[in-house]
Amino acid sequence: MHQAFLVYNRFRYLKLALLMVIAAVTAYVWHKPAGLPNGGTWLGYTLGTVGALLILWLMWLGVRKRRYRSTLGTVEGWTSAHVYLGLALLVIATLHTGFRFGLNIHTLAYALMVAVILSGIYGVYAYMRYPGLMTENRRAKALDALLGEIAELDRECRDAALTLNDEINRAVLHSSEDTQLGGSMWRQLSGHDPHCATAEALQRVQESAKHTPPALAAPTRRLVVLLNRKSELLARARKDIQYKAYMDIWLYVHVPLSFALLAALIAHIVSEFIYW
Amino acid sequence: MAEQYKIAIVGSGPAGLSAAAHAAELGVSHVLLEASEQISNTIFRYQKGKFVMAEPSVLPLRAPLEFTAANRETVLELWNKGIKFHNVGIRYQAEVTGIEARTDGFDLRLKNGETVQAEAVVLGIGLQGNIRKLGVSGEDLPQVQYQLDDPREYDGETIIVVGAGDAGIENAVALAEQNTVIIINRKDEFDRVKEGNLNLILQHIKDGKIECYYSTQVGRMEATPDAEKPMVAVLNTANGEAHVPCDRLIARLGAIPPRRFVEACSIEFPNNDPAAVPSVSATYESNVKGLYIVGALAGYPLIKQALNQGYEVVEFILGHDLEPADEPLLREKFKNLKQRPSVTEALAMIQGNCPLLAGITTLQLREFMLDSEVRTPREGETIFAIDDYTDTFYTILDGEVQVQVHRDDHRQRITLRRGQFFGEMSLISGRRRSATVLAGPGCVLIETPRRSMTKLIKSAEPVKRVIDEVFLLRAVQSQLAPNTPVEHLTELVKSARVERFAAGAVLFQEGDDADCLQLVRSGSLTAARTLGGREVVLSYIPAGNYVGEMALLGESKRNATVRAAVATETIRLDGEAFKTLLERDATLREQVEAKYQQRLAQNVRMEDSPETGNVISFLVQQGLGEASDVLLIDEALCVRCNNCESACAETHDGTSRLNREAGPTYASVHVPTSCRHCEHPHCMKDCPPDAIHRAGNGEVYIADNCIGCGNCQRNCPYGVIQMAAKPDSKPGLLAWLLFGAGPGPGQAKKQQGKKADGGALQKHAVKCDMCRDLPGGPSCVRACPTGAAIRVSPEDFMSFTNLAG
Repeated sequence: MHQAFLVYNRFRYLKLALLMVIAAVTAYVWHKPAGLPNGGTWLGYTLGTVGALLILWLMWLGVRKRRYRSTLGTVEGWTSAHVYLGLALLVIATLHTGFRFGLNIHTLAYALMVAVILSGIYGVYAYMRYPGLMTENRRAKALDALLGEIAELDRECRDAALTLNDEINRAVLHSSEDTQLGGSMWRQLSGHDPHCATAEALQRVQESAKHTPPALAAPTRRLVVLLNRKSELLARARKDIQYKAYMDIWLYVHVPLSFALLAALIAHIVSEFIYW
Repeated sequence: MAEQYKIAIVGSGPAGLSAAAHAAELGVSHVLLEASEQISNTIFRYQKGKFVMAEPSVLPLRAPLEFTAANRETVLELWNKGIKFHNVGIRYQAEVTGIEARTDGFDLRLKNGETVQAEAVVLGIGLQGNIRKLGVSGEDLPQVQYQLDDPREYDGETIIVVGAGDAGIENAVALAEQNTVIIINRKDEFDRVKEGNLNLILQHIKDGKIECYYSTQVGRMEATPDAEKPMVAVLNTANGEAHVPCDRLIARLGAIPPRRFVEACSIEFPNNDPAAVPSVSATYESNVKGLYIVGALAGYPLIKQALNQGYEVVEFILGHDLEPADEPLLREKFKNLKQRPSVTEALAMIQGNCPLLAGITTLQLREFMLDSEVRTPREGETIFAIDDYTDTFYTILDGEVQVQVHRDDHRQRITLRRGQFFGEMSLISGRRRSATVLAGPGCVLIETPRRSMTKLIKSAEPVKRVIDEVFLLRAVQSQLAPNTPVEHLTELVKSARVERFAAGAVLFQEGDDADCLQLVRSGSLTAARTLGGREVVLSYIPAGNYVGEMALLGESKRNATVRAAVATETIRLDGEAFKTLLERDATLREQVEAKYQQRLAQNVRMEDSPETGNVISFLVQQGLGEASDVLLIDEALCVRCNNCESACAETHDGTSRLNREAGPTYASVHVPTSCRHCEHPHCMKDCPPDAIHRAGNGEVYIADNCIGCGNCQRNCPYGVIQMAAKPDSKPGLLAWLLFGAGPGPGQAKKQQGKKADGGALQKHAVKCDMCRDLPGGPSCVRACPTGAAIRVSPEDFMSFTNLAG
């Protein structure tokens, strides 16, 4: 009763895509054009038209996804079809080229299309892999709850540091004020912060703990425990951000390149007709 | 010598004010006695700027006071002007402590010892009751207060909060921001509070932000003019007396329901239900002659109704004949009847034809009919179909209907005739229709909405009894033995009795002797067995099913422990009577045996995969046992794109009714904060304009006549109802994409809404309506790109939980 988008409707769109691919390959093998196979034969034009229409339809997902009142299928069905027909496009467009490439607008359009499809394949992989990891990493907690716990630890750290010396208090303040989550794209993707204020604070506290008078050993130890706990939670939050980034990043390639592809495709078609 | 009046009016709410103003207008000697320092204390205590609605809009206003939908301040100002204009004789701080009937009138004793005499008394004290005070010496010291308007008003004070309910906790937590707060709890734990508040207060106590005295009561309050703090609270703690100096004490102890006072005036209530109100005649007279009841206490919670009744009751007391305000509305209802009767004739006909409604008062019947519709369906027309989710109740005024109990066999029909009723099954169980009903020849029906029927059942004992009896027979017949002739069932039905179980209560334990069969009437159950020291949930049993046949058939002990998943009502059928029936009825025996085999097989499967059982117990813990349709998210598929929330906001005036991320998760099953469309919706419990309904597909929705009172939001235990104003409209997709005009699809937008006079936004309750206005079904599910968001009804729990495996 409930299935992932790849399995949608018993692989209906996988079947459709396979059918299209088989038909295209059969036609390509069977077809004996005068001269080398290319986009200019009747089969070349047919494959090209199918490919161009597919590209327009595949890009329409961006619109359908935002048409929240639409009753034209479900977004899940559209995604399923988008994935399988997008993969079929790779075969159809390749056959359309007749394996003739050069340094021209036509090959640029093809290259952009391949880049879009490859980024899409990564997207499917990310969508299958990271949701599960993310759930596991969160341990049944919402990100907000995690951040709440971190804020709570900050408060406890400040309380614990009250009886300790100024240097430690400065370190704790540094940890609670300068610790950052997220940040630049690379920082998000890397999943950790090399200059994490909390890690630095922990190091400073541990160092100064070496020459702490025995009377203050207990609160210092408590502080170390708290900062360690905070580091652990920060690591988990960063992991969460990292997984989310893995799931989002490819769209920043996939979508702009799709538009570039659209432009190149228009140039390709227009130039084809001008230089008939 | 006591003051003497023709009419004494107790309580200056809308009903009392209107009565007093009309009496003043007519020059009748009257007095309006108000316990507090201002008129309409309940409305006065609304939060500042709250918008007051004027429902029901169809009802014309016939009061001498003006009233239109406006904010609290405007409404109160209109009324204050009105009582000045009419020169109403109002006495403030005149709390009535007792009303005694004499031969020619009444003595009203006031709290200050005075007595007022009147020929007739109009009681309009509402249902809010008087605020419960500390009940110890010093309870009226100036720094002891029973309400908190704005917690930010106080800074740096030591404040004691008394009362461990939701109000006390919310006040204490809000005050703790800027003050030293001590909370006093009479018990040793916080029970009967919302889970959110419980966590909040325990966290604050743990963090040392609030000090809590458990098992403690306030002994007395003493003013200490010379000390640093103005007073000292003497507390009786478990370890003896404690003296706590403080600046302020805020007691949130709830209100004393007015019932005891009303009963002390010799007014009778129909039953012990806490929601019951006294019954009154068509002229609002109670069982005590000369003592009239109007407004919420008479069962009319809406302001406009109360204002009208105030006017009418004075007319009635003066002996005038008055066409009730609802007369034209009722006339309209009966216009389709062939006989074209007058309203009085039609009402008499109803009581003559329908034994169920014969015993109720004319006023109750008018109210009942005002909410109901008279239907004259053509012969053969479907009134409702099996599995529909409607919950209205039908009384057959004339003609007959055909009931198809069997899903597949359309020829087997039961005929119900004039005076009988149907639709009670869905009303009681809160579940889908269990049969299809078709109109027969000459069919005239009264269709009554759920709330009006529930109200009638609560206030009229005979109606409840008749419905319960019929329900028992029909439930046994349809859910247990559909093919057995009625006469075979008599003995079993005679043994039947309704049992109630609180959530978590045990119906029977594994290993118990089997002596009964339990048919679930409302709520749901889980069956579990202990395996290797751990409890494994074997099955989930929604309303309309039975349990306990296994041990009866096998003549053995119970092989599982059955618990109520939520508050549940069952019909207990005697084991011996059931066995006798099985001996007489071979077909039934076969059916029950088949179900038995099916359960055995399922139990083996479940014991094999305990994780599935764990998911079921997780879902039950989340209150899904009372859900009829719930949104779940498979976190192994959810890519956290929030398209579900965006879709919800975009299709619902910009406010998402679901919060994807909030809510608990178990294994990969996430229960987001979103409406579950409960079988017996908590939100429906107390909706003054009756704006919350259940539609044909099961969705519980809030109609446009919502007055924004927030009762449903408070009553919902799952926090899925919000109060929201309408935001501004958004630009189209292309305008946003190409020209960057305004917020784009799914992006946050400012809520502006219409401004009411005082600047407060006119907010309405909003919640999931399962996109009932969209042809394709819930947009959250249709907008999910990966198939992670799904909607599940309890019947599907078992198959859904394979997710965990």
